[in-house]
Amino acid sequence: MLDFLQQGWNRVRAFFGKDAMDSDLDEEMQAHLELAVDENMRAGMTQEEARRQALVKFGGVQQARERHRAARGLPFLDVLLQDLRYTFRTLRRDAGFTVIAVLILGLGIGANVAIFSVVDTILLRPLPFQNPQRLVRIVDLTGKSGESSMTYSVDAYDQLRAQNHSYQDVAGYFAFSTADNMNLTGRGVPRPITGIMVTGNFFQTLGVRPMLGRLFTKDELRLNGPNAVLLEYSFWKQHYGGDPGIVGKSIEIDKQPTRVIGVLPESFDFGAVFAPGSKVDVIAPVIEDQMRDWGNTLALIGRLKPGVTIAEAQNEADTLFPKLLFNAKHPEWGSGYKANIITLKDYVAGKLRRSLIVLWSAVGLILLIVCVNLSNLLLARAAARSKEFAMRTALGAGRMRLVRQLLTESLVLSMAGAVLGLGVAFAVVGYMAHQGSIALPLLSTVRVDGTALGWTLLVALAAAVLFGLAPGLKMSGGNLQDALKDSGPGMSDGRKHERMRAALVISEVALACVLLIGAGLLLRSFLRVLDVDLGFTPDHAAAIKIDYNAPKLADVGPAFQEILQKIDALPGVEAAGISDSLPLSWNRSWGLSPKGQDRRKFQQGSFVYMVSPGYLNAIGLRLIEGRDFAWSDVDGQQPVVILNQEVARQFWLGEDPIGRMVQVNDKEARVIGVVDNVRQSGAEKKIGWQMYLPAMQWWPAGANLVVRTKLPPAALAGTIMKTLRSIDPAQPATEFKPIELLVDHAVSPRKFFALLVSIFAEFGLLLATLGIYGVISYTVTQQTQEIGIRIALGATQGHVLRGVLTKTMRLAIAGIVLGTVASLILGQWIAALLYGTRPTDPVTFAATIAIMAGVALIAGYIPARRASRIDPMVALRTN
Amino acid sequence: MPDSKLDLLQGTLDLMVLQTLAAIGTQHGYGIARRIEQVSGNEVLLNQGTIYASLVRLVQRGWIASEWGVSDNNRKAKFYTITKRGRKQLAEDTAYWERLTAVMGRLMAMPQEGGE
Repeated sequence: MLDFLQQGWNRVRAFFGKDAMDSDLDEEMQAHLELAVDENMRAGMTQEEARRQALVKFGGVQQARERHRAARGLPFLDVLLQDLRYTFRTLRRDAGFTVIAVLILGLGIGANVAIFSVVDTILLRPLPFQNPQRLVRIVDLTGKSGESSMTYSVDAYDQLRAQNHSYQDVAGYFAFSTADNMNLTGRGVPRPITGIMVTGNFFQTLGVRPMLGRLFTKDELRLNGPNAVLLEYSFWKQHYGGDPGIVGKSIEIDKQPTRVIGVLPESFDFGAVFAPGSKVDVIAPVIEDQMRDWGNTLALIGRLKPGVTIAEAQNEADTLFPKLLFNAKHPEWGSGYKANIITLKDYVAGKLRRSLIVLWSAVGLILLIVCVNLSNLLLARAAARSKEFAMRTALGAGRMRLVRQLLTESLVLSMAGAVLGLGVAFAVVGYMAHQGSIALPLLSTVRVDGTALGWTLLVALAAAVLFGLAPGLKMSGGNLQDALKDSGPGMSDGRKHERMRAALVISEVALACVLLIGAGLLLRSFLRVLDVDLGFTPDHAAAIKIDYNAPKLADVGPAFQEILQKIDALPGVEAAGISDSLPLSWNRSWGLSPKGQDRRKFQQGSFVYMVSPGYLNAIGLRLIEGRDFAWSDVDGQQPVVILNQEVARQFWLGEDPIGRMVQVNDKEARVIGVVDNVRQSGAEKKIGWQMYLPAMQWWPAGANLVVRTKLPPAALAGTIMKTLRSIDPAQPATEFKPIELLVDHAVSPRKFFALLVSIFAEFGLLLATLGIYGVISYTVTQQTQEIGIRIALGATQGHVLRGVLTKTMRLAIAGIVLGTVASLILGQWIAALLYGTRPTDPVTFAATIAIMAGVALIAGYIPARRASRIDPMVALRTN
Repeated sequence: MPDSKLDLLQGTLDLMVLQTLAAIGTQHGYGIARRIEQVSGNEVLLNQGTIYASLVRLVQRGWIASEWGVSDNNRKAKFYTITKRGRKQLAEDTAYWERLTAVMGRLMAMPQEGGE
């Protein structure tokens, strides 16, 4: 054993000490021959004869040298280096081919690596917590009215913690935070920041330790205890320049002194996991005693005890949750929760699984098309090199040796492609990670990491074998005689070659067809979603989160009225109003039932908007009957409410709702108006119950000023801010955002997928076009003489043109038919991702077929025209 | 007539070289090749050049050692000597070889069924 280790080591040394070993051997062989000559001459030969005999007996000097090298060194590496040198030489000679091959490979591999990184981050990799497989989301998935029906009250949470046997611990976060819900005050203009409140055991449950400082203490979870926040890593870096000294210091949030107790690690990004598409800056504790009467506010996460399965936890939940009280002080308000126990991973990524797999398949198809294309290019090149290979075979190269040479070439190409592809992937992934507005979980944490590098290597190797093997075997398998004959003058290419290339082009067209149809279906669905009537008018309106000064409920009206009067007076403002909740953003819901009926029959709950007079107009919400709120609808007057059509229909189908009384939580209110339904949770979601309450009669949870204007929001932002500051100089510098952004945010995942698949489809189309062009153009070149003869014999230009085009279209149509049939089958598979579009959508299919055929026609026309212009005299003279 | 010469089995040449060096002591490549030819009575199909691949392999395994020296008739040549490890290896290989030839001999001696 040791001997062979030693031999291995010596081989490596010999590999690097080639020259010294060679000259040593040469000297030795020289001595050998001299010794032989001496002996032969002693036996009586002439010097010449002695020399000749010695050489005969020795055998080939070169062969001996080769054997010596093979025995002592690393022959595999030697051959590889030789092949590499040869490959670089030939590729450099064929620069055009090399550039195109590396370019399409780079794009193909780059797309694959980028999408793999996304898939890996969202789907494959475990969540960035300790033992993430034991983390579950406890949520009522049957809830019909947004977050409120999916969350739990503080009392229910406490009972759950005390009574369950399934969890090591249950933690939660306040589900109704909005962007810019806090202000960093104390230093000049308040700076809006986004904070989220979590239960005291939140980080312990997830298994996240602060990078600096500590977590919340019991004291800080107490009502009126000291204020404390944790900073998210990115906020700490950006706002505090990564200064560790901030820990322990006191800052001012909403004018309250608050201690910074720690900084969370970089790997923890609350928004990325729990609120896709949003950024959280600071984390504050849930003060349970403060929120006890706020209703359903907590989104729950549990860590299962070791050995407890999801099914067991679900079983327990089925019996335990119906018994949990809504409010412990008011048992008469009832109990009756439901809960679905799903893994946190499923909750975060489950909905996206199919989309991501479709995306992954799309890039896979792209790579396949790239490989087919390259296979084709290589085949054409191989045909042109058939003489070279015949020559090498004649000189003694074995079949395997030639295949190896060709595979080395494709490996070099695909590795170059992989390097370029990595560059592409880095750029794309970097871009995606910074698209904060795309509401996909974990997207901000996407990186091209070690796993992605491994994937790149795998993809590149697979590609090299895929596109290199066919031409390799084809080439080396060719009969020597055939090859020499085939490339003889005046002969067109062998039939076998042509058939293989045709098959490749057909499959390429078919694959591109599948991609185009898939992209078409997704794109149409996306457009359909954009066409959905949202119930309000998002364009020409913008909103800004504002602060107002109202210590008493009676102050809210005058405060809003002052703001709105001044804003209304600004030039360009058509309408203005205030609401504490905007469409397509956070969704709070309250109990709502017709007066005099059993509340328990109306469990659904209704979205709540506390608005100022004029808000309906500003957001573009149609008042169907009745009136808008007036400034006189104040606290102490008759409580009033405006309902959406859906509620009116469910409560009093066919009767006039105006003037009727409803029960809103524990107050009675008179219905004064009915408005259109708003798609609160997203364009694709069902319509829920909605009610609008005058902000003057209830405590609004904040204020969003909505301004309807024909001016671009940016042009108005300055004057609006100046006006707001003239009322309250401490107005934080929040952004004046177009309402359309809310819509964009809501449809961003669909847009993301549709856009990416479309880009891939276009790339596929381009490649297929190149493929058709390449093959037809090559055939024309090969048949120059034949065509020349036909023209000389009287074929017209039109004849030749038609001939080539017919050939092109025959390939294209075969591919289109194949691709269409495949799409019909595969369409069922993406049906779940479509919206308002059937997987057999005739428009998409017709458009794809037309595009594909049109592009094929153009790709064939260029070489066809060239063929028809062949001058028979020139063509026949070339040989 | 090259047809009648023995083609060498893989590894056989290495064993021949080891045995030759064990028998005659230090020798250069030409001497080893000549000795094998003489002993085999020119029965072995051997280009003398092939001996060098075998020699370098054995040196790399540490079974023989090499050193430049001067021959009897004043020619500079590389001389090879079997090492202690080489002798051990030779003993092992010889035992193996003898067992194999014994078995082969017995097998070949079996009468053929239905012979002419």
